[in-house]
Amino acid sequence: MAFVDALAQLIDATIRVSVPLLLACLAGLYSERSGIFDIGLEGKMLAGAFAGASAAAVSGSAWVGLGMAILIAVCLALVHGFASITHRGNQIVSGVAINFIAAGSTIILGQAWFSQGGRTPPLSGPARFEAITLPGADALRDVPVIGLIYSELISGHSILVYVAFLMVPLTWWVLFRTRFGLRLRAVGENPAAVDTAGISVTWLRYRAVILTGVLTGVAGAYLSIAQNAGFVKDMTAGKGFIALAALIFAKWKPVPAMFACLLFGFLDAASIRFQGMAWPVIGKVPVQLVNALPFILTIILLAGFIGKAIPPRAGGVPYVKER
Amino acid sequence: MAEAAIQLIGINKSFGPVRANRDINLEVERGTIHGIIGENGAGKSTLMSILYGFYQADSGEVRVGGKPIAINTPNDAIAVGIGMVHQHFMLVENFTVIENVILGAEGEALLKSSISKARSELQRLEREYGLEVDPDAVIEELPVGLQQRVEILKALYRGADILILDEPTGVLTPAEADHLFRILKMLKDQGKTVVLITHKLREIMAITDTVSVMRQGTMVATRKTSETTVEELAELMVGRRVLLRVEKGEPRPADVKLSVSNLTVRDSRGVVMVDDVSLDVHAGEIVGIAGVAGNGQSELLEAIAGTRNAEAGTVMLDGRPVDVTGHVDPGELRDRGLAHVPEDRHHVGLVLAFEEAENSILGYHDKPQYLRGPFLNIEAIHADARDKIAKYDIRPASDRLKTANFSGGNQQKIVLAREMEQDPTVLLVGQPTRGVDVGAIEFIHKRLIAMRDAGKAVLLVSVELDEIRSLSDRILVMFAGRIVGERGPDASEGELGLLMAGVEQREAAE
Repeated sequence: MAFVDALAQLIDATIRVSVPLLLACLAGLYSERSGIFDIGLEGKMLAGAFAGASAAAVSGSAWVGLGMAILIAVCLALVHGFASITHRGNQIVSGVAINFIAAGSTIILGQAWFSQGGRTPPLSGPARFEAITLPGADALRDVPVIGLIYSELISGHSILVYVAFLMVPLTWWVLFRTRFGLRLRAVGENPAAVDTAGISVTWLRYRAVILTGVLTGVAGAYLSIAQNAGFVKDMTAGKGFIALAALIFAKWKPVPAMFACLLFGFLDAASIRFQGMAWPVIGKVPVQLVNALPFILTIILLAGFIGKAIPPRAGGVPYVKER
Repeated sequence: MAEAAIQLIGINKSFGPVRANRDINLEVERGTIHGIIGENGAGKSTLMSILYGFYQADSGEVRVGGKPIAINTPNDAIAVGIGMVHQHFMLVENFTVIENVILGAEGEALLKSSISKARSELQRLEREYGLEVDPDAVIEELPVGLQQRVEILKALYRGADILILDEPTGVLTPAEADHLFRILKMLKDQGKTVVLITHKLREIMAITDTVSVMRQGTMVATRKTSETTVEELAELMVGRRVLLRVEKGEPRPADVKLSVSNLTVRDSRGVVMVDDVSLDVHAGEIVGIAGVAGNGQSELLEAIAGTRNAEAGTVMLDGRPVDVTGHVDPGELRDRGLAHVPEDRHHVGLVLAFEEAENSILGYHDKPQYLRGPFLNIEAIHADARDKIAKYDIRPASDRLKTANFSGGNQQKIVLAREMEQDPTVLLVGQPTRGVDVGAIEFIHKRLIAMRDAGKAVLLVSVELDEIRSLSDRILVMFAGRIVGERGPDASEGELGLLMAGVEQREAAE
């Protein structure tokens, strides 16, 4: 039973650490499918986490925090959109700039407002998204297998976890079953085709980056007011980049994106779990190596194990009407 | 006179200092095929883009069906029944046919019903116009001719009564082009109006009812096609009399300058593209290689030029061997007097982002006349470029302009000037007039004859049979990687056509 419990805990942890990756990954999916590369996911998530925690601390409401996280992340997304859609700037440069702005300003503002070394005050009660128990979870707890799966793994997460996983089928549906999705995919492949079909390339791409902002905002709020109880500097710790790797790994498709994020989440969870553990033959593995494992695996996977990942063809290229 | 489908009155459009359209008047009769012909850069595409709402005219009026109308976006054009098939297809390559057809005309927010509606509509269009295409095929897996059909379907699906086609045959094989013309005739019979933009005279004569000629942004003439001739149209296009067939004297072949023996070349997939080919080119003659594209001519040329390795065989350049199967350095061949005008000027012949002057020395940039110590001698390079511009009539005459901003014909002249002015012994020329307008073709042909008369050995590869016949002193026909026949310049088109199709393969092989 100890093994099953350990496994259940590992899976539970995997789900929790996968959620911000998944939200950020889906966020990136909307933007990149529209042809706007976004390496600023990290920055938007970080800014969202800070804004969410600050607003929740001041207002005492997790929902106000979530709203503020989304608002700020959307603002940054619009900056990226303004630079790369309206002004046809370099999307990588703009994304990097947003990452720097977020990394710097969250610490400065945090220190100025709360004077806790860049942290926000610890959150508790209604200022956080608490774990919710799904109906029937308690009743089913003692049923073998089902009880474990339903009560331990499925139930008992914060609402944002469910939101994140529901976003997967929703995104798939939007992308492949709606007019908006058709146009979004088209504009990332050949904006000239969209333009000549009488559709505004600019407005379409703006809608995509706004969606990116919303989802990175939710991802940030999850980090600071659901998974943790407050903002800590640099708390995204590269998750925005891992999410991008997952997006490439998933070839810009929503369902594979979920599995990619779960895989990276699992590696992360496992690295925490196996820290300091002595392995047969190799003995104790240094903590640093374990921590680096997800990144090493990312490189290996992306380097050769997923076949050719073809990004949206118009990705990264500003649309200029041809003469 | 029948009703006018489109009237353009006093259209003006400038891009910065360039006046692309000046005071254009045009009337297109309903239910006809109206050709608009002109050299590259004459303003045909600009005019049609204005009609389609892609650009806005600076001044002037557009009337559709007699009513003045403002077309500010493609949507406005679609709304009054104008559809356009662009020169570069506006298709999403990894979408299916049906997805491309409905894009922008979905009707409602969910795709399911729009797709089923489009499916039945496509079946109707297929019945009425013979526009057959599998609605679930992915665009990038379709041949170009079918992709173009999807573009036509897109326009018809949006209810187009007036169809504009911009250089539709540039990417098509002759058979596909014939099929397109049949479709256009069928559209005309059903009462649609077709506007065909092209710079190919033959197409105009073959299919249009009326033809308008544009030159340097102005509309110079409109004629009934049945009442005009190719010669008259060519003259109107260029503004002076054009020789459609070059005049040349008798060749005076001398020593063999290029000798190819038993050359075999495989492509990257390992397929034999050139199969045991032998040929000689003498000083003072043009040897033309005819053939349908893809029969190994390109690979043959590249192997001789040293840009592709051969598997077997020998090449002698001016009496000395070239290591074609081992390490060949194209730069070294250049030093030994081999000049190469590659088939693909955009990707091989030029760096489009470079200035004209930079391209005019590319590959010869380490010649002493362009250097000052270890540095480029910028003044000498620019002076040299200006000389070439004057000598080859390259327009606009600017050695600082980005090469991408020159028309196809002028880009080709830049390459030709660079290669010919190095005074080579052997000149390899691939598709010298592909995408080049009539006036420039005449110039290029004259230059090639001049090279021959100056005692150079010229090897010409072209898929244009007319070009091969009018320039070559000897014609070699390639089919499936082999030379299947040699003919004189007076060989008939039919005879060469049979050889190119692989008939009589045994006979006359060297």
